[in-house]
Amino acid sequence: MSFSEPPLNAPEIRRLDPVLETGHTYASVTDKIAAVVLTRPVGVGWLAGFTLSFLIVMLLFVSIAWLIARGVGIWGINIPIGWGFAIVNFVWWIGIGHAGTLISAILLLLNQKWRTSINRFAEAMTLFAVACAGIFPLIHTGRPWMAYYMFPYPSTMGVWPQFRSPLIWDVFAVSTYGTVSLLFWFVGLLPDLATLRDRARNRWQQVVYGFLAMGWRGSAHHWHRYQAAYLLLAGLATPLVLSVHTVVSFDFAVAIVPGWHTTIFPPYFVAGAIYSGFAMVLTLAIPLRKAYGLEDFITMRHLENMAKVMLATGLIVAYGYFVEFFMAFYSGNKFDLFLAHQRLHGPYSGYYFALILCNILTPQLLWFEKVRRNVAALFVMSLVINTGMWLERFVIVVISLTRDFVPGAWGRYQATFWDYSTFVGTIGLFVMLIFLFVRALPAIAIAEMRELVAHQADSSGERE
Amino acid sequence: MKERRGDMYGVMGEFLSPEQILAAAKQARQEGYRHVTAYTPFPVEGLAEAMGIRWTAVPLVTLLGGIAGGLTGFGLQYWVAVITYPLNIGGRPLNSWPAFIPVTFELTVLGAAIFAVVGMLAMNRLPQPYHPIFGVARFEHASTDRFFLCIEARDAKFHIVEAAKFMQKAGAEHVTEVRHEE
Repeated sequence: MSFSEPPLNAPEIRRLDPVLETGHTYASVTDKIAAVVLTRPVGVGWLAGFTLSFLIVMLLFVSIAWLIARGVGIWGINIPIGWGFAIVNFVWWIGIGHAGTLISAILLLLNQKWRTSINRFAEAMTLFAVACAGIFPLIHTGRPWMAYYMFPYPSTMGVWPQFRSPLIWDVFAVSTYGTVSLLFWFVGLLPDLATLRDRARNRWQQVVYGFLAMGWRGSAHHWHRYQAAYLLLAGLATPLVLSVHTVVSFDFAVAIVPGWHTTIFPPYFVAGAIYSGFAMVLTLAIPLRKAYGLEDFITMRHLENMAKVMLATGLIVAYGYFVEFFMAFYSGNKFDLFLAHQRLHGPYSGYYFALILCNILTPQLLWFEKVRRNVAALFVMSLVINTGMWLERFVIVVISLTRDFVPGAWGRYQATFWDYSTFVGTIGLFVMLIFLFVRALPAIAIAEMRELVAHQADSSGERE
Repeated sequence: MKERRGDMYGVMGEFLSPEQILAAAKQARQEGYRHVTAYTPFPVEGLAEAMGIRWTAVPLVTLLGGIAGGLTGFGLQYWVAVITYPLNIGGRPLNSWPAFIPVTFELTVLGAAIFAVVGMLAMNRLPQPYHPIFGVARFEHASTDRFFLCIEARDAKFHIVEAAKFMQKAGAEHVTEVRHEE
């Protein structure tokens, strides 16, 4: 990137950090990224992290096995709180997934070059988050082996799903989202799999990557159709990503439960999803670039831009919280007013204030450039925001369900050990999949980085 | 050197930069070659046009997939809710189409995405485990930092010596012949 000198009387403009450090060639970016997968020995840190997350996955398996043996009664749910952690975690995970598609699809359409080095693992993160999310509604049915009832199939009983129900919309939205994300990810990987195939030096790597690359040759004809398909997928994924969390919010907003029945839910859920997704991308990117020395590719520019996106979406979320209160007062509906009161003064007000602290107050620090450019601060901030987003879903699910219309139907919710173990277990699954991913597939899109090198060469007017 | 034309696939030149390959591809077309293919580690702007590729059916296939998905989505819901399993809930209309929009939309996107990817792969003739070009040892650099141009033997104007001369004139670093495996 080159910038001409600003005119003398112009205000001082800070030079933007590059999206790719200078001095890289086609071969050097390829070497550096492919080496993580092909030649780098397994380190102690990776082994320790993988082992720990693997053990947590075992906890998940035990929790699910116990759940299937005993039923959903091992959780803290009971009438009136039928949803509890399972739905809180489902919405949290599916929200985290949104940043991957946003980075890959929307930023591609907006021609944002800085997306290139973070899109691949953000997409992987999306897939793994959707996998974690999918577990919850499945096991929350109590009889996961009957879950296929939700799909329309010609059963001998002649029974069909109720298509007017948001819960059925959810089945279609989430499964479509998972499938399209997988396709998008695979199409993006195709040229990189060919690169790995060509660089692999041992037999099994050649076979595995060769099989997956499907004979990709990078001919001009291939690329021409490939680019058309990739752009179309981005165009399709963009409305899809907005629709998924909208449909998830319908699970709440279509019901008449106080605190759920509001029209602000779809946009504020989508903003919250992107908010938590970017926080999770930062949580992953910061250790990743450090551990594998990828600071040249994931530069301060990326981290700062992601911080800015978090700040913007965080403000939309704050607006959502404000409108919830405003509508309660403006409508004058006594149940909505009572719910607003319960959020501030009820038995779960501690969760609500923690939510405001995590999601609205702390992120205001991102207005300061010093904070946005401080890697450690960003890492902590990303964890705080993810906690806040989890609390948001807890507040939505639990406060509304414990404070229904009739005092006789009120209740309390207390999560049990198995609630926590299942939740922690899915975090373990997510982390384990990420650990496997960084060793098995290129965490940064190599072909796109080569394109970036070509653009860099173009704009600085010199050849490598 | 074997003179049998049957097992000859083409003559391939190796270039160092996107500009070189673009110039060489244009030149090949000017010289009258029609079956010429460039292989690059990333999409090079203008190269498809220089190869004479003007159009791709991928968008059309995607559109058809989207239409098929949308019709399936709405048709399925209409058939279930109105014809085969009608439920009278509070006297509301059976064809409550606004409630069918989310699933129709999702299946439209799903159909379009699957058609786009499968269509792209099929038109590219992938998966294709064997291709004579993989027999060239240096071709492994085509996925890293080298750009290859291949004049294929099926071209009417193809002559091995002429093609090799052309490559050298165009500035190729290496020129190799590409043969089918025995």
